[in-house]
Amino acid sequence: MSWIAIIVLGVGTYALRFAGPVLRSRITVSPAVGRYLTLAAIALLAALIGTAALLNGTEFVGIARPAGVAVGAVLAWRKLPFVVVVVAAALTAALLRLAGIQ
Amino acid sequence: MVRDVGALCAAAVVVGLSFGAIATAAGLPLSQIVVMSAFVYAGGAQFLAVGLVSAGGTALAIILAGLLLNARHLPFGLAIGNETLGEARWRRIIGSHILTDESVAFALAQDDPARRRRAYWLTGAALYITWNISSTLGAIAGSALGDPDRYGIDAAFPAALLALTLPSLKDKVSVRVAIGGAAVALVATPFLPAGLPVLLALLGLAFALPVPSRKKAK
Repeated sequence: MSWIAIIVLGVGTYALRFAGPVLRSRITVSPAVGRYLTLAAIALLAALIGTAALLNGTEFVGIARPAGVAVGAVLAWRKLPFVVVVVAAALTAALLRLAGIQ
Repeated sequence: MVRDVGALCAAAVVVGLSFGAIATAAGLPLSQIVVMSAFVYAGGAQFLAVGLVSAGGTALAIILAGLLLNARHLPFGLAIGNETLGEARWRRIIGSHILTDESVAFALAQDDPARRRRAYWLTGAALYITWNISSTLGAIAGSALGDPDRYGIDAAFPAALLALTLPSLKDKVSVRVAIGGAAVALVATPFLPAGLPVLLALLGLAFALPVPSRKKAK
């Protein structure tokens, strides 16, 4: 890989990360606008969760991963500890694959 | 909180080892793997870059695809702001660099500003150290663990993000925005390059607009 690609990608990514907090400090954020900014983050997180749980690239990922995430979701909803949620999700997917279910 | 971050780091180790091993297999020298993990520091974009290298992609393609995938960091930064990073200059400079999906989600899951700041820095710093050490190790030694999917790590990350996002879904509006955003991204994914569908999820904000109340039909 060319060093140019790595450096430009690094600088660009840092700029994207740095820009958000700087922009927010430059503008006056009313509580209403602040709420929309939080909702925007929620929409992005939900999109990341949905696509990561169901898709591999552009195709359906198979049963094991969504099943693991679903088990984690139920446990999280029942307010079980975070560690339990993460381990149960991984374990469910791993065991299903071990059983030959992809 | 420390235990929760520890669980996330354990999952990140497996992915980091795998990244180092895959990047080495794709022909990247150790120096590039180390620099990429330290300065780009974005798992998704790094895997994408290595994939493009293997497929013979140009530098421009790698840059554009990576930046598109990382563009979500800007709205994430807008949402957390300096209140979470800390006002000191060094906190803003370093704190920006450790912004990830997970550090943002961990921060947003907290109620008061002090806990929010602690969660952000703890998650950000721990994941940064974990990612850099494990990807370097993976590059040197290969990943004896093999494909992270074998351990269900691919299910662990979305489940973790979901557990962290649930507390933010306090009212009907945020639930509608979340479901709307995820639906838009899922529908758009087959048609658009990686990164763009997640950005389109911002359209989910339309669900937060005030709904004109309908008069009851007689």
